Amino acid sequence: MDAQPLQRPRTPIPTAAPVPPAQQPGPAALPTAIEARDFSFWYGANQALNGISLVIPDRRVTAFIGPSGCGKSTFLRSINRMNELIPGTRHQGDVTLRGESVYRGEVDVVGLRRRIGMVFQKSNPFPKSIYDNVAYGPRVNGLARKRADLDELVETSLRSAALWDEVSDRLHTSALGLSGGQQQRLCIARALAAQPDVLLMDEPASALDPIATQKIEELIYGLKQQYTIVIVTHNMQQAARVSDFTAFFYMGSLVEMGRTDLLFTTPKEDRTEAYITGRFG
Amino acid sequence: MTAVGERDAAPAAGPPGEEAKPAAVRAAMRWHQSSRSDRAWRRLLVGFGLTIPVLLVGIAALLAHGAWPALKKFGGGFLTGSQWDPVSDAFGGWPFVFGTLASSLIAVLIAVPLSIGLALFLTELAPRWLAAPIGFATELLAAIPSVVYGLWGIFVLVPFLRDWVETPLSDRLGGHLGIFEGPAYGPGLLSGGVILAIMIVPFVSAVSREVISAVPRAQREAALALGATRWETTWQIVLPFARAGLIGAVMLGLGRAIGETMAVTMVIGNTPQVPHSLFGPAYTMASVLANEFAEASGDVHRSALMLVALLLLGITLVINACARALVWHVNRGPGGSR
Repeated sequence: MDAQPLQRPRTPIPTAAPVPPAQQPGPAALPTAIEARDFSFWYGANQALNGISLVIPDRRVTAFIGPSGCGKSTFLRSINRMNELIPGTRHQGDVTLRGESVYRGEVDVVGLRRRIGMVFQKSNPFPKSIYDNVAYGPRVNGLARKRADLDELVETSLRSAALWDEVSDRLHTSALGLSGGQQQRLCIARALAAQPDVLLMDEPASALDPIATQKIEELIYGLKQQYTIVIVTHNMQQAARVSDFTAFFYMGSLVEMGRTDLLFTTPKEDRTEAYITGRFG
Repeated sequence: MTAVGERDAAPAAGPPGEEAKPAAVRAAMRWHQSSRSDRAWRRLLVGFGLTIPVLLVGIAALLAHGAWPALKKFGGGFLTGSQWDPVSDAFGGWPFVFGTLASSLIAVLIAVPLSIGLALFLTELAPRWLAAPIGFATELLAAIPSVVYGLWGIFVLVPFLRDWVETPLSDRLGGHLGIFEGPAYGPGLLSGGVILAIMIVPFVSAVSREVISAVPRAQREAALALGATRWETTWQIVLPFARAGLIGAVMLGLGRAIGETMAVTMVIGNTPQVPHSLFGPAYTMASVLANEFAEASGDVHRSALMLVALLLLGITLVINACARALVWHVNRGPGGSR
């Protein structure tokens, strides 16, 4: 935990790899993890999403940006059907995960959520030990039958979340004793331990200080080798740093989605340009 | 606390030349120079704050004074003695202590699962249009006067329990289990416990409901997002999170059950004996006070009743202290340093 990295070398925009921009694939050219087709959503009489259609590619980081209340979090929470916990909501259209409908009648919501990990805006560890927090997902999902397997899974998950070195000597103490940034990484470890396919992150760093934020961003960058990550963020620099693709939401509609480098340099829509240049929002 | 807050809020304006003095001295001067109305206000608040402790000590002292002759005469044997005979001035309080504790325990055993189940239904499951009226109806139960419960107990609950619960249980299990033995009188320990249970449900369920709905939505969402079912979320996340408050709810119910007088007096049978089964008539501390104090014949009798009252006060205090200790312990337990 050195304290130098306030002026870290800026992570190059991920897709700015050797391939010249023009030849790089857009979101639709890659294998698809999640796809929304004309998806609308209402809280009571308020329409929060207005016919969203988009494709989220596999094993990439996709960022949702937009001003507050633009629907980006609502859409994220529609992917694992978290919104339906709120009474009085309804939807139209469909979202698919690897080609399977998320909303059709016979879908097992519990099974669906097991495949989709989620990290929330405010870290929400259970008031249990660090170990029991990480082991919660594997336990309810029956992923590790033997104690040794569970121990290993907990360790791997904590390592993937870059937390192992800080907590390995106090796994059985309360998770509430960790700092805010550590708690958020614990929540990431907890989500990873359930061995999801997709990781949804709802402004995971908005409550953290810059150093903790940076750790989370580095973590996201490392995790995309294995996971499809969707991240909602208020912070456009963050979107530019961590994501391969960016979707700009405005007033419940998807304005534009494309490669992060292109969206931030040559947006197609005026509203996108206005937002990313700070003219509103 | 109040005094400190008052001091901070005291007006900052002071006499000229104040700036020359160090801050601590200025603060002290402000404290002394605070306006007359401030001082009066402070005294008033201190008075309010002291009312309750003074009242409690006063009650305890009065009871101790009144109970002293009986305590001198019977000593610790009062607690274990089972004879209660005003004619020959022989007094033992054990039947009342037993009756109070046993009926309250029955009440808690019945009311707690019911109340927590009800609270879970209202917070986790019921749609809003159903939760509101059911919650309201439950709270209305608390508004029914105790004596009305007692009447209902005499005319409805006691006959029902006798014919549909006590008699069958006594016939089928009486030979095997001592607690179901013996004739079903109707009025007795079980009837007292059941009526108490009904009376404490509104309190236990209202507190449980508050406590359970205070569990952050983020906790539930975290569990559900990890693929936990509603059942798992409730049992593994919501209830453990709420456990300290739930213990408080149970203790509140227990406290009310122990102190309740009228309804239980009307259905428990009022016989100063330790019943040999759940169905036998019994007596509680509060009931004997209500029934006998007005007609207490002699000084010893009166003093013995005072001693019962002192014991009742002591038991409620001990139970409250235990509740505090338990809540504190649970909050400090391995998982939850909240």
